[in-house]
Amino acid sequence: MANEILAEQISGEYKYGFVTDIEADNAPKGLNEDIIRFISKKKNEPEWMLEYRLKAFKYWQTLEEPHWAHVSYTKPNFQDIIYYSAPKPKVQLNSLDEVDPELLKTFEKLGISIEEQKRLSGVESRIAVDIVMDSVSVKTTFKETLSEKGIIFCSFGEAVQEHPELVKKYMGSVVPYTDNFYAALNSAVFTDGSFCYIPKGVRCPMELSTYFRINASGTGQFERTLIIADEDAYVSYLEGCTAPMRDENQLHAAVVEIVTHKNAEVKYSTVQNWYPGDKNGKGGIFNFVTKRGICLEDNSKISWTQVETGSAVTWKYPSVILKGDNSVGEFYSVAVTNNYQQADTGTKMMHLGKNTRSTIISKGISAGFSNNSYRGLVRIAKGASNARNFSQCDSLLLGDKCGAHTFPYIEIKDKSAIVEHEATTSKIGEDQLFYCKSRGIDNEKAIGLIVNGYCKEVLNKLPMEFAVEAQKLLAVSLEGSVG
Amino acid sequence: MLSIKNLHASIDGKEILRGINLEVKAGEIHAIMGPNGSGKSTLSSVLAGKEDYEITEGSVTFNGKDLLELSPEDRAREGVFLAFQYPVEIPGVSNINFLKTAINEIRAYKGQTPMEAKDFLAMVKEKQKLVELDGKLANRSVNEGFSGGEKKRNEIFQMAMLEPKLAILDETDSGLDIDALRIVAGGVNKLKSKDNATIVITHYQRLLDYIVPDVVHILYKGKIVKSGPKELALELEEKGYDFIKEEVGA
Repeated sequence: MANEILAEQISGEYKYGFVTDIEADNAPKGLNEDIIRFISKKKNEPEWMLEYRLKAFKYWQTLEEPHWAHVSYTKPNFQDIIYYSAPKPKVQLNSLDEVDPELLKTFEKLGISIEEQKRLSGVESRIAVDIVMDSVSVKTTFKETLSEKGIIFCSFGEAVQEHPELVKKYMGSVVPYTDNFYAALNSAVFTDGSFCYIPKGVRCPMELSTYFRINASGTGQFERTLIIADEDAYVSYLEGCTAPMRDENQLHAAVVEIVTHKNAEVKYSTVQNWYPGDKNGKGGIFNFVTKRGICLEDNSKISWTQVETGSAVTWKYPSVILKGDNSVGEFYSVAVTNNYQQADTGTKMMHLGKNTRSTIISKGISAGFSNNSYRGLVRIAKGASNARNFSQCDSLLLGDKCGAHTFPYIEIKDKSAIVEHEATTSKIGEDQLFYCKSRGIDNEKAIGLIVNGYCKEVLNKLPMEFAVEAQKLLAVSLEGSVG
Repeated sequence: MLSIKNLHASIDGKEILRGINLEVKAGEIHAIMGPNGSGKSTLSSVLAGKEDYEITEGSVTFNGKDLLELSPEDRAREGVFLAFQYPVEIPGVSNINFLKTAINEIRAYKGQTPMEAKDFLAMVKEKQKLVELDGKLANRSVNEGFSGGEKKRNEIFQMAMLEPKLAILDETDSGLDIDALRIVAGGVNKLKSKDNATIVITHYQRLLDYIVPDVVHILYKGKIVKSGPKELALELEEKGYDFIKEEVGA
């Protein structure tokens, strides 16, 4: 029964697959020193930034693309990508009225409000948004309100211009360009992204959010995000992403770095909804991302929550280096793969400080012909006394043509550590589905219900606005996936 | 309301139902009794639309519609309700959310708008009282970590919420202590009206002390071999199923 329906499966429709017809300022295809100079010049960068890029590029040329992940795909041709594409006209925008109406429409369609709404009777929570389309940041909202508290929230490009000392100090301090193939590539060609600095003792009063959109054809998106929470600071940060439907595979190779100082906390939530390719596995985004945070000082906390439903191939491990004593790292993940999607995702928790704690909750859902892997490393260094980790990795299979894999790595160099790992694999039961149907709930809705229930622990960690979107997204991603 | 004619059903090539005939009218309660393996649970599964069974012969008409042509969810939307012998757990999905989804799906099928949250909650409150269900259970995940008795009571709660025309109780008494039995049966009795009907499937006469049937049917080897008034259940209890076996000459 399940197979019959699987065979005639129709994938859920990707809602964000439209293309905005907007004039773009593109770099020529290909990658070489000239292109890097071109990007740097376009962005009017200081010399040190260019040098950093060139160093990274030199290093990247010595590397080979890694192949250890449990995914298979045609290697991107790095000379066939446009590394810089900016919606025209690129002028300094002072108010919303100056934003290209086509752009405004785009973001309206995506359900993102870039109007700076007044707080409505204290109910409506506000979100400040930085919007990155292809290679440039289009608009950052609420900048002035935030700056009253000393919070810096701007595009990465702007930060390079206006806060070079912060960028110099922190960029590459968590993910050096020597880290891996894609981090090196990103360091060489990154174009924009978000920058966020929360000063000492400040609790950011609103959610900060960056919305990434790939629009232009033949381009890759290489953005960098850098978030710094100084002593006693707190921020909740959201990231969302979509792309048009295209037959080609487009590359997205981002770097996200988070630094927390003493007693600081950063919550980073992602709803990743890049175009996953069609139901035959054609097209879609290659999402090869390096995300890492460091709890630099004592009593700090970094928490990653991700809902991954998009991309043809996903390869990412948001990680935490627990350097400060008593620091806390968390990773909550829901990864859904359908049709021919592949995901190899998980986390690394590196315990260096004393009394450090980490929690990993990973929920993988595979449907169609997809493959979904959890890969995680828990490392307790010597001297990281009384470190504690709890990991739970659950896999849910829909149908019998998909795969779920778990690769947990545990390295313990300190005897006082307590590390727990739990893993389960289950299938959505025919009897669960029948139970729902016998109450008048059809197959699609039933799967939505069951899957959302299964992911509840993770979805509960998302900020309210995101949780609702994530729930809908899960249901859409799995439409038509089980009988 | 329900008319079953010469119904044959098999699973994996093995015939379980061998020509069932049954007429149920609105306002009636029918009890179906029978020894293990006589086909009682198969009958309820077939009526609810479980896909494991193959219907080889016969027909089932429900309020003028060919029930066998309908998907399980459409049968539910038309007003058929099965109280499961072994209710299924759905972790992470609250009872309330589950029922709200179910009710609104049924309403959508009938071309009605979704129920207002306020009305829904008022209904939950009222029906909870009816089946003496702890308010906390309504907010917990569907059947997860419920005791046997709580699961059965939750089935009756769902039945109360969905207001079916035809309810089929599949061995709802199994695993219930006497207090739970009284509560569950009380719920069923309170829900009884001249417009709905109930089929009670049970092993034991005990349940029929609480839910008084209009007709008792004895199912044996996939056929209804004897039907009679409620006293038939007492006779069965007294003599055991052997007397049926003798009577049908098996």
